Amino acid sequence: MPLLKLQGDRLTPAIEEAKNEVSLEDWRSDRASHADATALVISNDADVTDLGGDVSGFSTIILEFPAFKDGRAYSQARLLRDRVGYTGEIRARGDVLRDQLLFMVRCGVDAFEFPAPDAEAAETALGEFSFVYQTSADGAAPVWKRRLDRAAAA
Amino acid sequence: MYRYDEFDATVVAERVAQFRGQVARRLSGDLTEDQFKPLRLMNGLYLQLHAYMLRVAIPYGTLSSKQMRALAEAARKYDKGYGHFTTRQNIQYNWPALVDVPDLLDDLAKVEMHAIQTSGNCIRNVTSDQYAGATEGEVEDPRIWCEVIRQWSTFHPEFSYLPRKFKIAVTASDHDRAAVKVHDIGLRLYKNDEGETGFEVLVGGGLGRTPYVGQTIREFLPKEHLLSYLEAILRVYNLQGRRDNMYKARIKILLNAKGAEDFAALVEKEWAAMNAKEIDLPADEIARIRDYFAPPAFETLPETSADLEKTRKEDKEFDRWARMNTHAHRAPGYAIVNISLKPIGGIPGDASDAQMDAVADIAERYSFDEIRVTHEQNLVLPHVKKDDLYTVYKALGAADLATANIGLVSDIIACPGLDYCSLANTRSIPIAQRISERFADLGVQEDIGELKIKISGCINACGHHHVGHIGILGVDKKGEEFYQITLGGSGAEDASIGEIAGRGLSSGEVVDAVEKLVAYYRKNRQPDERFLDAYRRLGAEKFKEALYAAA
Repeated sequence: MPLLKLQGDRLTPAIEEAKNEVSLEDWRSDRASHADATALVISNDADVTDLGGDVSGFSTIILEFPAFKDGRAYSQARLLRDRVGYTGEIRARGDVLRDQLLFMVRCGVDAFEFPAPDAEAAETALGEFSFVYQTSADGAAPVWKRRLDRAAAA
Repeated sequence: MYRYDEFDATVVAERVAQFRGQVARRLSGDLTEDQFKPLRLMNGLYLQLHAYMLRVAIPYGTLSSKQMRALAEAARKYDKGYGHFTTRQNIQYNWPALVDVPDLLDDLAKVEMHAIQTSGNCIRNVTSDQYAGATEGEVEDPRIWCEVIRQWSTFHPEFSYLPRKFKIAVTASDHDRAAVKVHDIGLRLYKNDEGETGFEVLVGGGLGRTPYVGQTIREFLPKEHLLSYLEAILRVYNLQGRRDNMYKARIKILLNAKGAEDFAALVEKEWAAMNAKEIDLPADEIARIRDYFAPPAFETLPETSADLEKTRKEDKEFDRWARMNTHAHRAPGYAIVNISLKPIGGIPGDASDAQMDAVADIAERYSFDEIRVTHEQNLVLPHVKKDDLYTVYKALGAADLATANIGLVSDIIACPGLDYCSLANTRSIPIAQRISERFADLGVQEDIGELKIKISGCINACGHHHVGHIGILGVDKKGEEFYQITLGGSGAEDASIGEIAGRGLSSGEVVDAVEKLVAYYRKNRQPDERFLDAYRRLGAEKFKEALYAAA
């Protein structure tokens, strides 16, 4: 599956480097034999605030979207960034649609396994809205902060 | 009322442009209907029995005259000359062509309106008390907080693919006209013993297949922490709500599976762990929003109007209308006017383009340019001088909008039913029409007093039958329409879920059944006792006997 990565505020196709994946369950049960794993795969019913160990050594955490309607991993991504403090790559896998990319980026996802024919369209998906209303993991200034800044500057 | 600044206007305009692109991709065949579905459903567009249906948001039910005129224009230009006001204080158009929908949304964006999050498994239009800012005894205008929630929930990145749709209602009055106890989250703004203002937070109310009255998970939430607390509730729900069965996916199922206490503990834990300062609005921004809801410049008037007293004596029909359709206002010399969209034999909630224009004109002249939509599918002019009531009554009458039946037996909530809806088992509208015709005499209706009849054409309960004093639920029995009667429900501060009375009735029997129940009530009530209170006092058995007794 081709990969899109967030570069600045754009999504661009990226060459997939080989990852040595391990599931959260396998890692938790036997960390020693997965010492060379580089990507941790977390199913969307796992509690990411209780991973049973330091995950900062993984260069990538893969979150699963088994169907576009299943939005649990949005909260997982947000918690990984805001609560766990994970700074590596968070990659979305599964039923990832163009019209959801912005929401995922806002929750802290910065890489996507995404069908190749749509990659071009996806590049514009992040630019459709100039403003956001709420604070999220992407650090974008919400409208209320812009209003305050504007009032302060006036 | 709230006015968009350039940030709000830009977001709505960009949403229309985005949707225009999505519609173009659908029309060109780039998107299949299956791929288009999740996109249109984020924008209030449903594929119904006969056509697309577009639901337009009316945030917390508040409209200006200009906005009402735009809704009328949309009805003329893109529909068959009418619109349908809904139980979520929104409006639906039943006949727009897909290719026209982006233009319709463009027209609405010009008057600060949109269809954002009027469908889909996201946070829907926040609803409130239709008398907000006008009624006596309010702690503050609940719409301030509705607008705070509207902005926070708009395209919330984390909560746009929830297990199921999510509905929030806010009231700031002791008398609950917003049905907060039957919402996913109900918020009651009040002053505590220390004189601080905050919210009682109720979670897990709802109707549908499994009706529940909401439970209080926090007695008092300081109001400035509203958004972070909501975010904590939504996060717990998003992560733990069921997704294996859409009929068990609402937050009410999660709350009741865990128990209110354990659910509350999860929310409190999440709330304590999050960085609330980044989520809650600072005082300056709340103050900015609050300013938009400052009361209009009421004149200093005596409490009573001599003109009004005189015309009420002279015109008995007007007197009845004033009695049934107006409500006490906080400002001396003013009244709240209810406009019934339930003419005898009419379709509940429907308004023609001409009627919408008429209401817009009247509101502009006599109600500080403001109109409200009620969850009971009526309209309200919130601020009318008592001196002007007769003129307003006459103007409404000329537009066939002066039926004096607010809260009475013919003021029926009904879902669209099998006349429009692809989910319905039975028709609802014709039942409402026939009940209304049976009780056409307004004198009889007034004598019966407050009686809330609510009709759903299937178990999804869009007609709120569970909380009807008399509820009517349509069920399909081997291809024939049958109707089940529930009794004793209420969606107000005394909320309760109605009990099923007994065997289902044929379409021909339903109206007679309502008449029997009403007759029994009138015979056995105490002075000033409502139908609901009589039912609660006398008990279900008595009413069932009356209902099923051989004729």
